[in-house]
Amino acid sequence: MSDHIDVHKVARLGALAIGADEVGAVGQKLNAIVGLFDDLAAINTDGIEPMAHPLDQVQRLRVDVVIEKDIHQYVQQIAPRVEAGLYLVPKVIE
Amino acid sequence: MNFHQMSMVQLAGKLQDKSVSSVELTQYFSDRMAKYDDQINGYITKTTELAMAQAQAADARRAAGETGLLLGMPLAHKDIFCTQDIITTCASKMLANFKAPYNATVVEKLNAVGMVTLGKTNMDEFAMGSTTENSAFGVTRNPWDTRAVPGGSSGGAAAVLAAGLAPIATGTDTGGSIRQPAAFCGVTGIKPTYGSVSRYGMIAYASSLDQGGPMGKTAEDCAHLLAAMAGFDERDSTSSEGERPDYVGSLNAPLTGLKVGLPKEYFGEGLSDEVRAATLATAAELEKLGATLVDVSLPNTEHAVPAYYVIAPAEASSNLSRYDGVRFGHRCDNPKDLNDLYTRSRSEGFGAEVKRRIMVGAYVLSAGYYDAYYLKAQRVRRLIKEDFMQAFEACDVILGPVAPTPAWKLGEKTSDPTAMYLADIYTIPVNLAGLPAIAMPAGFAGALPIGVQLIGNYFSEPRLLNVAHQFQQATDHHTKTPAAWA
Repeated sequence: MSDHIDVHKVARLGALAIGADEVGAVGQKLNAIVGLFDDLAAINTDGIEPMAHPLDQVQRLRVDVVIEKDIHQYVQQIAPRVEAGLYLVPKVIE
Repeated sequence: MNFHQMSMVQLAGKLQDKSVSSVELTQYFSDRMAKYDDQINGYITKTTELAMAQAQAADARRAAGETGLLLGMPLAHKDIFCTQDIITTCASKMLANFKAPYNATVVEKLNAVGMVTLGKTNMDEFAMGSTTENSAFGVTRNPWDTRAVPGGSSGGAAAVLAAGLAPIATGTDTGGSIRQPAAFCGVTGIKPTYGSVSRYGMIAYASSLDQGGPMGKTAEDCAHLLAAMAGFDERDSTSSEGERPDYVGSLNAPLTGLKVGLPKEYFGEGLSDEVRAATLATAAELEKLGATLVDVSLPNTEHAVPAYYVIAPAEASSNLSRYDGVRFGHRCDNPKDLNDLYTRSRSEGFGAEVKRRIMVGAYVLSAGYYDAYYLKAQRVRRLIKEDFMQAFEACDVILGPVAPTPAWKLGEKTSDPTAMYLADIYTIPVNLAGLPAIAMPAGFAGALPIGVQLIGNYFSEPRLLNVAHQFQQATDHHTKTPAAWA
């Protein structure tokens, strides 16, 4: 079932860069891992619901009231680049 | 006094009768850490100054009349639990300088009862691994044989316990990360029922599988720490509601009438002779203590590895998308545009195994593969749970090996991730089903310890701890310590 993995594509999906010299080795390992999954196709799961939570618990919602204080300054102390309470990123719009 | 050879409960007795103070105990373990940790690299961060201040505060509380069993007890936290004012790295370059703005609920709860933080233990980066070789801060060595791996991902925790560099520790278990290092290092550790221990402030790997738990020298030690760690937490949306069971009260119950299931799939091809023999010897010992052995079957066991290595990377690729070089964590120098900022920060910050799992996760979730891989794996996950439910109609607990072999040599499997994944066969089904399981020492293969696990139904931790405690009352595997650290 598994096709040959396109390393550049999955790297892009994961926002990762894989160097040209690593693509072969990385691809080989990824294909070996995905090869383990071929076994899944043969298992009969007709009528079996996918299981997202071991106890089939549903998402608990909290009451819709404000409980957090404004802590942006505190939280931004650990940000790599901040100015005037804003996170700095490279220019997106010219 | 050889405090490092005593169980935590024995040490608690000494604190309670005031034959030792928390300051003295903390100094004792800090001295051992300073003397020995270089040889095993079990700690990423040592917090000796903080520990001494916490110990003084604990002694003051005791002098004022408090009597808590954990008050003043030194502890090692896995470096996956966020600690305010102490760096939390998750063994990643991505978080090499990360100071969390808050404490994990587990840290908060253990601070509140007066425990003393000795340091933060080494692990596989973002808990992805079975050997602690995937740490950005160097490998941890197994104290029983420093050429061997300590297991992982909570390998630092297991190693510092085995070497007597902490009396008790926290760990986390997503696919075996408490039980397998406990087995490889000859200590005890319990992975609780999913939702028992809060995940708030526990850095996420695979959220539907991650669960924190205690690691210690004995089941009794683990019971006391688990009682302090567990509990409903409204800040964790997957925290189980309601009261937790009494983990300590039934430790001394007799095992008469206990039905122990032996799943035939856990004794098949790939299991080493030594581990098989130790597991069967454990079964025989439990029989002597009054248990009855029952044959059970978990027919979907062989499908657990592929199902896990679809689901866990899928969740990891989603969870780790938060590391973008913007809000916290590593940021690359001079990004030329936003995409370069994301891509280069992540590529520089993550190690090879983390990248691999992010890419596998992105692949199985991508268009055209989602149904065939991700949804299929979630269906298989239910089959695995149903296997266990059927087995528990015939038995109270399931006994099996933790890993197919004792600890292997450092570097032996690093070039072959799939071989490493396949060695998780006996631990992974428990996480997929969300069940509790305890690993405990059960013998040796040469110099290396062998561990076995007991798996129970949901919220049956008191029974698992009871069985393990009774086993440890009758045997001495858990009292052995590696000669080099005596």
